[in-house]
Amino acid sequence: MDTADAPPLAGPAPARGGSLHRFANPGRFLRLTGRLLPWLSAAALLVLAVGVAWGLFFSPPDWQQGETVRLLYIHVPMAWLAMGGYVGLAIGSVLALVWRHPLADLACRELSPVGALVTALCLATGSLWGRPMWGTWWVWDARLTSVLVLFFLWLGHAALVRAFDDQERGARMGAILALIGAVNVPVVKFSVDWWNTLHQPASVTRINAPGLHVDILYPLLVCALGFTLAFAALVLARVRAAVMERRIRTLQLAAARRADSHPMTAAPKGAEV
Amino acid sequence: MTKKRRRMWVLLLCGLGLGSATALTLTAFQDNLVFFRSPSDIAAAAPAPDRAFRLGGLVEAGSVQRETGADGRPTARFTVTDGAHAVHVTYTGVLPDLFREGQGVVTLGKLGPDGVFRASEVLARHDETYMPPEVADALKRSGHWNPSQGAAPPASSWNTLEPRRDGS
Repeated sequence: MDTADAPPLAGPAPARGGSLHRFANPGRFLRLTGRLLPWLSAAALLVLAVGVAWGLFFSPPDWQQGETVRLLYIHVPMAWLAMGGYVGLAIGSVLALVWRHPLADLACRELSPVGALVTALCLATGSLWGRPMWGTWWVWDARLTSVLVLFFLWLGHAALVRAFDDQERGARMGAILALIGAVNVPVVKFSVDWWNTLHQPASVTRINAPGLHVDILYPLLVCALGFTLAFAALVLARVRAAVMERRIRTLQLAAARRADSHPMTAAPKGAEV
Repeated sequence: MTKKRRRMWVLLLCGLGLGSATALTLTAFQDNLVFFRSPSDIAAAAPAPDRAFRLGGLVEAGSVQRETGADGRPTARFTVTDGAHAVHVTYTGVLPDLFREGQGVVTLGKLGPDGVFRASEVLARHDETYMPPEVADALKRSGHWNPSQGAAPPASSWNTLEPRRDGS
């Protein structure tokens, strides 16, 4: 199999990778994202400021939940990001496992702590909301339990990819775990439809009109956009830092190797680095 | 077949296997994944009298009676219904803020030999609608909705109502 592949691979390699590998070049990735990141961060801050102000100060209370309904503006975006981020992790894991995309490993590695954070925030705000409204901090219904499993998957991925001395091995194990855990995503989403739960069914993405009045729906959508931009900016900044870290490590390794093979000539060079 | 393509097929097959295994498991445990049982479930197959389970449904309009027991603790009697069947419930303790007639509730307790459900815990269940107080008032006043009778009318009929116009 390998021999059959060898000639075309040795040929015009970049063309074969296609658009998928255009951003695989770390130098180009750093250049592009370096230009993008300030704009992304600024947009995130701006949209979040508008959304949070709208949600907290300029939107009506709910007719029976009162002011407590404002937890919605944090809880729902966090829940969407916890699930959407996991879909991203699964896609990144497929790219890493099948196409061996060099940046996909790093992106997955840097994504999971942020994913764990938003899932924890989703659980915490949900618990704070459940106590006054439902009368309990926590119940083991299908929705709450499957989100807790999602949280453990995020944490497990973050821990597993860092548990190996060989980073590539860790990344591969993490990708496999992420893909196994992907079966949980539809369970989270449809748990409220498949089984009866204490948690209510979806309000925004239901088949007929959204169950939220527009005065509550619009600030929610703005908050969701703002948190999504902030999530993207945070992950992008982490991936950039990881690429630079990897570069430094490679340079240090190369310098050390040079020092080993030419102890006489490399000594002054090592001092320069 | 290239290595890349082989990896893709292996991944697809694993995903297919894992997905069907999960689906089968979830289907097999269907009954255990249910958080509460409805009055119709109880009518179809009543659980053993000494077994605790959760009963869920809407609080029937006009069924709530509150009294204070000998020890000064509040006791509530109400009926939980799912439209087809209903179960009488008694509960001693403080009810959650959202508890009202027409609201969804989930109660934990045991079914007595007299068919009355003795709850040790009552949780309120919120539905998927959110609306400003002015809009709810407008709907109630216009006769489109009586919250004690059940869920709000279809959202498309109210989710763009101007609260100011109908409100104050």
